[in-house]
Amino acid sequence: MNLAYYPGCALHGSSNDYEQSLRACLETLDVHLKEIDDWICCGATAAHSLNQKLSVALPARNLALAEDEGFREMLAPCPMCSMQLLKARKALAEDEALRRSVSEIVELEVRGETQVLNLIQLFETIGLDRLKAAVKAPLGSICAACYYGCLLTRPASVVEFDDCEQPRSMEKILEALGGKTVDWNYRTECCGAGMTMANEQTVLDLSHKILSNAAAHGANCLVVACPMCHVNLDMKQPAIERHYGVRHAMPIYYLSDVVGLALGFKPEALGIDRHFVRKA
Amino acid sequence: MKLENVVSETASVVPLVESLAHTRIWDCYQCGKCTAGCPMAAGMDIPPTRLIRLLQLGHAERALEAQAIWQCVSCQTCATRCPKSVDCAGVMDALRQLSAERGVATPEQQRTVLFQKAFLRNIRRNGRLNELELIGEFKFSTFLHGRSLSFLFKDATLAPQLMKRKKFHLVGEKAHDRAVVARIFARCMDNSLL
Repeated sequence: MNLAYYPGCALHGSSNDYEQSLRACLETLDVHLKEIDDWICCGATAAHSLNQKLSVALPARNLALAEDEGFREMLAPCPMCSMQLLKARKALAEDEALRRSVSEIVELEVRGETQVLNLIQLFETIGLDRLKAAVKAPLGSICAACYYGCLLTRPASVVEFDDCEQPRSMEKILEALGGKTVDWNYRTECCGAGMTMANEQTVLDLSHKILSNAAAHGANCLVVACPMCHVNLDMKQPAIERHYGVRHAMPIYYLSDVVGLALGFKPEALGIDRHFVRKA
Repeated sequence: MKLENVVSETASVVPLVESLAHTRIWDCYQCGKCTAGCPMAAGMDIPPTRLIRLLQLGHAERALEAQAIWQCVSCQTCATRCPKSVDCAGVMDALRQLSAERGVATPEQQRTVLFQKAFLRNIRRNGRLNELELIGEFKFSTFLHGRSLSFLFKDATLAPQLMKRKKFHLVGEKAHDRAVVARIFARCMDNSLL
């Protein structure tokens, strides 16, 4: 299987451990990623907060770049990127005049034909049966709180993925790999997102609630599919512990980390040794 | 300012918000579901339901100066749960844009405004985000703004930890065709706003 790959800035920056683990998994599963040539940032929260036109134009240029390379499907493992790409795609599909004017703005014809997949969807496309067949080390010791955060399932009308209040897609993957999952309350609550730098207190408060609720329901780790969630729950976890005077010691895995472990990779091969919170 | 000026100026905000957010303010019947699900509502000066009500009643200037619009984390819960399909998160985006363009964002929330602006300047320059540069630029602009030394050096200990984990690149990636990125920015917005 060949598909276009839009890494986004985070996966080529401080979340390069996410890219390391997803590349390891996908190569083993015979999925070949072709990085979009000269992709640009999707604009993220800054663009949709400060300029609506820019927040359509930046992702639209990336859609056009993928189309020009002939790809019908593109993996965007960061939910912020994939939501922005899908939102632009939807806006252009609904408004021909907008599509024409945005095409002029980005200096490429944007047809909006490329499908955008998040990482969970890619694993679903590969198939749970194929994943199951590839398992070398079942996840027997893992009892995961699957954490979706905001943008994997919201806005539902844009991302059209899973149930936006009670998603189950990650749990199904974990269970196919021999892991256990817990029922808990904060699976689609926000971790504080891009406020890490500008408004740290928000991140500490929201992420503390998520970590506490996961532990209260018996989870021994959290599984995420978002670089921003990982930063807030993993890198910020020591700051959360200091602020609240508690000890969470909750390992935070990317979905591709746990898939990789089940496929038989060592933690170091997946970049898990580069996380801030280590397994107790 | 004469009363009629106040009315016409604030009245013109609502159609702008509606066109930026592609949503209808008057569809809201004030059920409060947006506020009930909002993770930030408890600390907001004006929670989402009341922000929409202010717009309905023509008090847009109070909405544009609210702390709440910059406290919002864009989690999209409000928009997803609205029984009338009002895109409340989109309204928040529109209010932020207008508030920043008019320079009326509340002083307490300037840090968030400065962060978003530094982020966009970084992309305009590099095509892709350079995290180290962004942090430096954001810290410097907040220092110029508030002269807080403690905030300037806060998180400084994180940098070596990120380096140790090979999560920071001293030389960040750049897009090759940065000129096209600059042209896209120029066609979308007034560059002097950043």
